[in-house]
Amino acid sequence: MPLDSHIPSGPMAMKWSKHKQDSKLINPKNKRKFTILVVGSGLAGSSAAATLSELGYKVKCFCFQDSPRRAHSIAAQGGINAAKNYQNDGDSVHRLFYDTVKGGDFRAREANVHRLAEVSVNIIDQCVAQGVPFAREYGGMLANRSFGGAQVSRTFYARGQTGQQLLLGAYSALNKEIAAGGVQMYPRTEMLDVVTVDGHAKGIITRNLVTGKIEAHAGDAVLLCTGGYGNVFYLSTNAMGCNVTATWRAHKKGAFFANPCYTQIHPTCIPVSGDYQSKLTLMSESLRNDGRVWVPKKKEDIGKPPGQIPEADRDYILERKYPSFGNLAPRDISSRAAKEACDDGRGVGPGGRGVYLDFAEAIQQFGAKTIAERYGNLFDMYERITGESAYKQPMRIYPAVHYTMGGLWVDYNLMSNLPGLHVLGEANFSDHGANRLGASALMQGLADGYFVIPTTIANYLVHQKPGSVTAEHPEFKKALEVCTAQTKGFLACKGKRSVDSFHRELGLLVWDKCGMARDRAGLTEALKRIPELREEFKTNVIVPGSGDACNPELEKAGRVADFMEFAELLCLDALNREESCGGHFRTEHQYPDGEAKRDDENFCYAAAWEYTGDLGKPTLNKEPLSFEEVHLAVRSYK
Amino acid sequence: MSQLNLHLKVWRQNAGQPGHFQDIEAPDIPDHASFLEMMDIVNERLIAKGQDPVAFDHDCREGICGMCSMQINGVPHGPEKATTTCQLHMRKFRTGDTIWIEPFRAKAFPVIKDLVVDRSAFDRIQRAGGFITVRTGSPQDANALPIGKEVADAAMDAAACIGCGACVAACKNASAMLFVSAKAGQLNTLPQGKPEKDRRTLGMVRQMDKEGFGNCTNQYECEAACPKEISVRWITKLNRDYAVAIVKEALGNSPKVAGGGD
Amino acid sequence: MSAVFDSFSRFYASSIGKKILVALTGLILIGFVFGHLVGNLLIFAGQDAINEYGHLLQTALHGSGVWIARVGLLLAVLVHIVATVSLTKQNNAARPDKYGQHKAQVSSKSSHTMIWSGLTILAFIIYHLLHYTVRIGNDFDKDAYKIDLHGEKVHNVYKMVVDGFSWAPASIFYLIAMALLCSHLSHGFSSLFQTLGISTDKSEPLFKKAGYAFAGLIFVGNAAIVLSIWLLGYGR
Ligand SMILES: Cc1cc2nc3c(=O)[nH]c(=O)nc-3n(C[C@H](O)[C@H](O)[C@H](O)COP(=O)(O)OP(=O)(O)OC[C@H]3O[C@@H](n4cnc5c(N)ncnc54)[C@H](O)[C@@H]3O)c2cc1C
Ligand code: HEM
Ligand code: SF4
Ligand code: FES
Repeated sequence: MPLDSHIPSGPMAMKWSKHKQDSKLINPKNKRKFTILVVGSGLAGSSAAATLSELGYKVKCFCFQDSPRRAHSIAAQGGINAAKNYQNDGDSVHRLFYDTVKGGDFRAREANVHRLAEVSVNIIDQCVAQGVPFAREYGGMLANRSFGGAQVSRTFYARGQTGQQLLLGAYSALNKEIAAGGVQMYPRTEMLDVVTVDGHAKGIITRNLVTGKIEAHAGDAVLLCTGGYGNVFYLSTNAMGCNVTATWRAHKKGAFFANPCYTQIHPTCIPVSGDYQSKLTLMSESLRNDGRVWVPKKKEDIGKPPGQIPEADRDYILERKYPSFGNLAPRDISSRAAKEACDDGRGVGPGGRGVYLDFAEAIQQFGAKTIAERYGNLFDMYERITGESAYKQPMRIYPAVHYTMGGLWVDYNLMSNLPGLHVLGEANFSDHGANRLGASALMQGLADGYFVIPTTIANYLVHQKPGSVTAEHPEFKKALEVCTAQTKGFLACKGKRSVDSFHRELGLLVWDKCGMARDRAGLTEALKRIPELREEFKTNVIVPGSGDACNPELEKAGRVADFMEFAELLCLDALNREESCGGHFRTEHQYPDGEAKRDDENFCYAAAWEYTGDLGKPTLNKEPLSFEEVHLAVRSYK
Repeated sequence: MSQLNLHLKVWRQNAGQPGHFQDIEAPDIPDHASFLEMMDIVNERLIAKGQDPVAFDHDCREGICGMCSMQINGVPHGPEKATTTCQLHMRKFRTGDTIWIEPFRAKAFPVIKDLVVDRSAFDRIQRAGGFITVRTGSPQDANALPIGKEVADAAMDAAACIGCGACVAACKNASAMLFVSAKAGQLNTLPQGKPEKDRRTLGMVRQMDKEGFGNCTNQYECEAACPKEISVRWITKLNRDYAVAIVKEALGNSPKVAGGGD
Repeated sequence: MSAVFDSFSRFYASSIGKKILVALTGLILIGFVFGHLVGNLLIFAGQDAINEYGHLLQTALHGSGVWIARVGLLLAVLVHIVATVSLTKQNNAARPDKYGQHKAQVSSKSSHTMIWSGLTILAFIIYHLLHYTVRIGNDFDKDAYKIDLHGEKVHNVYKMVVDGFSWAPASIFYLIAMALLCSHLSHGFSSLFQTLGISTDKSEPLFKKAGYAFAGLIFVGNAAIVLSIWLLGYGR
């Protein structure tokens, strides 16, 4: 199937303005007749639901948490980028665009990225107007910090809780609209399926997580804003509930899944301490502004207390390898540097899986008080988890899965190949290519929700008759039956192994074979093992309790079942992409110095996978990527 | 790393039915595990024995989403100061300890199952005024309105509230004043929030009362239990803002209270 | 007018509104308790001093002063009681299912027993009024309790007090009530500034200290009178 990304014509800097001009408008009276189903209430979902309701559409919004305010966006710490150039350090829309395309290792769609950079400035204005308490300087102006992958200070932040503050802003806008009657909110409600009618997405099936009731909701368009799939690795920095269910089931209804192998590993996480571990904790990479990453030069030193290792015996790996970016090198590069050092036998801490992040010099230079002001909450968090104080000894850090660049394929209007199905935020694939720069996911979620979809959705709706499909349609009945049967199946299985034990095994497998570094042999092995594990899951999982009440094990079972299927596509995509780029590192494809080696001739495309009914044999559709503004180049941070 | 042997007394309840404490033995718990990981281990063992695992709310497991909510040994989120349940680690307990684990209890927080409670009352309070009425569009440039660092920092202090409900759980009256005051206070402090200050204050306080929370008796148990160390000074401010708003409502040109709420 | 009334009834119906009334009436009662103590302490200045003071109160504003004060105080007490009883009921209803374990981390015992200290004080106030103001069940109205002061026949407060506290049960009840009032004030005094929206991080510790000092003063001052009469035989 040919993929039309509907990128507007004209010069890069004018595309979005032109598209806004050319986009259809819907008569205010008619807007009220359209019902839009928004799944997800993170930055993307809340901002979209609120704004669409302000415009007059009828909105239903769903999330699985008990309150929309708890969506996973809440956990973002570091900040949000915007090309405000308040620091007068040479930033501009073009530079943010350039950095993002380069940071994505030339695997993002230029036009989308440019739009993102353009609206970034509006986001900050919007958030400030909502009362988001960004950090400020004494004069009352907004403060900025710098973040990995950029040489300008363009990151806005709210202490270590930028995500929470932005989400609370979007949530307040959502609340305003709920109070005004424009949005109906369904918390503790999980989406189980997309319903298509004549090839258009016209509704969803949900399960009420309190009563267990499985219900159908019809609408004129569906927006999936359901976040990333990082939990396929079991251990990640994502919240426990993050899942691939919504996007995966949409995929099985025909939506293309693009670039699943682009997964991001975050360098500054707290290392694993034991096999009971349920998640990994990220500490903002802003820590790298003042912390220095090192490991002992000599393997014999790894057991020594860090304080007893003299300067001369320390290897400051990032400063050595990337002198111009130093400790601020992008995430994929920093993560791999840490992995290399550990593979080299110079890792510290339990299992030798950790590197030091040292603040001793910064504390000496600025004083412990200043450092506490900057990172106090992170240091406290570190101490709570590890029982060690970063004021007294260097932190131990290790990379962990953090973000997923891949997602459902969308065009410039954020619509998937399934008409009516729109995908926003981390759930789509479009803006970050093979690697996301710090502080740009929040930017994307809000850009999509506040500024893009409210304009572009009309291009779909204008061709639709509002309310043409109701939940009485036979397709809904069919989908209801499928979902009910699946739930019953889990409960009836009565096997021996818990859902978590399967998830753990799957996660470890995917992390080993398709984590920070991948190769053909490992991926092939994983592709053999995943279907076996999936089969075992089907026959040997145990889910206690009943389907018609609150039952967390049942919720997990549904999510893990989908991860089991999705993992295969993840590995297939990784195997197909015979190059290294951004977060996807194939050990077969590297320069002699260990840097990722892209293959622009053969792989300068987005891989959009189509479900065929056979999980092992999806069809590959390619969206070729062209680079008009930022010329393809080897991404170097040296 | 050492292992702990613990005796748990866990509240078990199905919605609408009376509940009871179940005694559960929890041997061999690694002291590096978090409290929720301890619960995971316990649940795995219950499942293996064919029993119903303990339902509890959680999501981020890093102390920011506000989803986790357990009364541990009589204190919300357990004994560590400024720490959520998910951030509490087992090294804070001793082998042989008996640990009481209960849901956050309040009439306004009905139990859904075991340790899972319904905190949607907080959302309804927020809807009654916890926002600034501004449309998505093109507000003025963010730096066109300078806000002093002190004011911005104060607003941020209040904004740090994660809406967990520990303040309600700790209070002998199940009062929601700390939560409500933090939410109203953040916006009432900022210049952007000033135009709707009275309307917001009245709307939120009235919704809070309607939800069946108790009244503040100034004992500050909320502040002691709050994982984000929200200060009771926000309650002082809410009392003050409310008094001003009500006098203006009674004697001035009365504002209409923000609509909706339920 | 009705809009104002509406506002007031909504004010009273609200949690914060009731509490503000409790604080304001509490403040009035604090003023009264203090004034009352100062007056009582005149007993140590001798018979004439306290009788003169009693007479002054009785005749201020041609005798209407004492009534204005009485009505005002009665109102304050009534509002204080009605509001606190209603708040306490609401508070109990806000947690129908009690905890198996519930630990207070920072709050004082006194703050948890406000309603009980309050109700005991109420019982005491009633007794006290019957005892010394309405003078039921005693001879305090008889001629034996009239005395000449500067050529005028006035009520002998001095003798009444001395005789009253010579009876052990009255003294004991009085002491218990004062102890509970002290407890009530140890929380209530500083608490009222929080309710009225005045406390700050810097001033609250001062209010706390002032509250303890005040509560102590009320107890020590009043107890001194009782003890010196009852146990040391002062004035007899
Ligand atoms: C620890 C951490 C720190 C981060 N820090 C930063 C940072 O500093 N800067 C930055 O730019 N980015 C950061 N990120 C990334 C960023 O937070 C996320 O990418 C972004 O917030 C995703 O937003 P979203 O709206 O797309 O999805 P989410 O916020 O994940 O929201 C998903 C929503 O979908 C709902 N949902 C999901 N599945 C279903 C289903 N099946 N049924 C119903 N509802 C469903 C959920 O309930 C939720 O409401 C961080 C990420 C992590 C993990
Ligand atoms: C001389 C008598 C009394 C004095 C000086 C007094 C003073 C006070 C003060 C200053 C407060 C604190 C108000 C606040 O927190 O804002 C208070 C609270 C309270 N009083 Fe009294 N009081 C007296 C009598 C009573 C009586 C008779 C009762 C009987 C019911 C009572 C019950 C309470 C209760 C329950 C509270 C707690 C209310 C709360 O904290 O919200 N008091 N009192
Ligand atoms: S004020 Fe503190 S305890 Fe209360 S909801 Fe907010 S964070 Fe939780
Ligand atoms: S699970 Fe999110 S705060 Fe504890």
